[in-house]
Amino acid sequence: MTKSNLRHLTSPLIDNNPITLQMLGICSALAVTTALDTALTMSLALMAVLATASTVISLIRRHIPASIRLVVQITIIASLVIVADQVLRAFAYEISQRLSVFVGLIVTNCIVLGRAESFAMRNPVWPSLLDGLGNGLGYGLILMLVATIRELLGSGSLFGVPVLPLAVDGGWFVPLGFMLLAPSAFFIIGLLIWAIRTRRPAQAEADEFPILTAAAGGRK
Amino acid sequence: MIELFLQSVLQDNLALTFFLGICTFLAVSKRVETAFGLGLAMIVVQSVTVPINYLIFQGLLIEGAWGWAGLPEVDLTFLKLISFIGVIAAIVQILEMSLDRYAPALHRNLGVFLPLITVNCAILGGSLFMVDRRYDLPESMVYGFGSGVGWALAIVAFAAIRERLRYADVPHGLRGLGLSFIVTGLMSMGFSAFVGVNLP
Repeated sequence: MTKSNLRHLTSPLIDNNPITLQMLGICSALAVTTALDTALTMSLALMAVLATASTVISLIRRHIPASIRLVVQITIIASLVIVADQVLRAFAYEISQRLSVFVGLIVTNCIVLGRAESFAMRNPVWPSLLDGLGNGLGYGLILMLVATIRELLGSGSLFGVPVLPLAVDGGWFVPLGFMLLAPSAFFIIGLLIWAIRTRRPAQAEADEFPILTAAAGGRK
Repeated sequence: MIELFLQSVLQDNLALTFFLGICTFLAVSKRVETAFGLGLAMIVVQSVTVPINYLIFQGLLIEGAWGWAGLPEVDLTFLKLISFIGVIAAIVQILEMSLDRYAPALHRNLGVFLPLITVNCAILGGSLFMVDRRYDLPESMVYGFGSGVGWALAIVAFAAIRERLRYADVPHGLRGLGLSFIVTGLMSMGFSAFVGVNLP
């Protein structure tokens, strides 16, 4: 694998992460992160759909008329998502019930369409596949991080296996019910973005209205 | 009915409880006017698409829907994703063209937002929840309208907070997206306080 190809795979992990920097696909990321197993299933489903969609769209990119490209892309993505949904129903019925509508919502997950439109339409097959995989991994990474925090603090377990002894069973850990509620996901991702941007200042957004200091004579 | 409406606006708010449409929610909420336009477009599209998707699901896709054609065992429910997204895209397109023809002033205001709505997961999510929760036709009409109103309410309120936040002195790394997430989290906590509101 050449260096530039490797770059397609690794850059979406942190430097160009789809969730924390490109602001894509946040919707589904938050709802499935109350437990690790649902988050892992969701990441795998998205990764499979994203890599396949990128490959297919890149294969036929020269044959898609520009005026109807969105329709073609959406149709390809929707068919792949149906396949993923049916596979989950067949082999992991219980988890697919807990994910409810969110597997279906991969169709409108902006990551898939975003990568198809901005990368797969202009690049050969192999880099597109790697780009799809890389973005899927970046998405999965954030999902797993958030899910680990939420499940550990919210129910004292990882993958359903108890890790911290709960107070109700005679241990010391009192679970934080708040971690299982919707708002905690927003806070965790917000703090995560803060942490990443403090480590990598290049990602921080410019201040729209900088505070003017008197020492600078009211100018900046 | 009123209970279902209130529930879809407040407790089951699509944006703040189910995280649907958050991408658009965060991207198009820098100013109250644009947020208002998008919210309005969302209400219109949501209250049209949910009942239509209901009719299509009941009429064409559900198990036994093709009984009149002598195919009682055909079950096309697995096609619901692709047909819903097709219906949504078509309706948005028709809406845009008819607005352009009959209400050009409104079209100028809403026009830019309509294409954005096609890929908004709140619309597709609304239709999928309608199937999941087995609403009937009047219920799905109320649910479509209510969830649209709830989403619009959330984005307008959020945009208003963001307009104020522009002048706040925020730590460097938290600026922009990070702070937006935390504010959305606080709003979501506020909305979760509506759980348990019952009409007398």
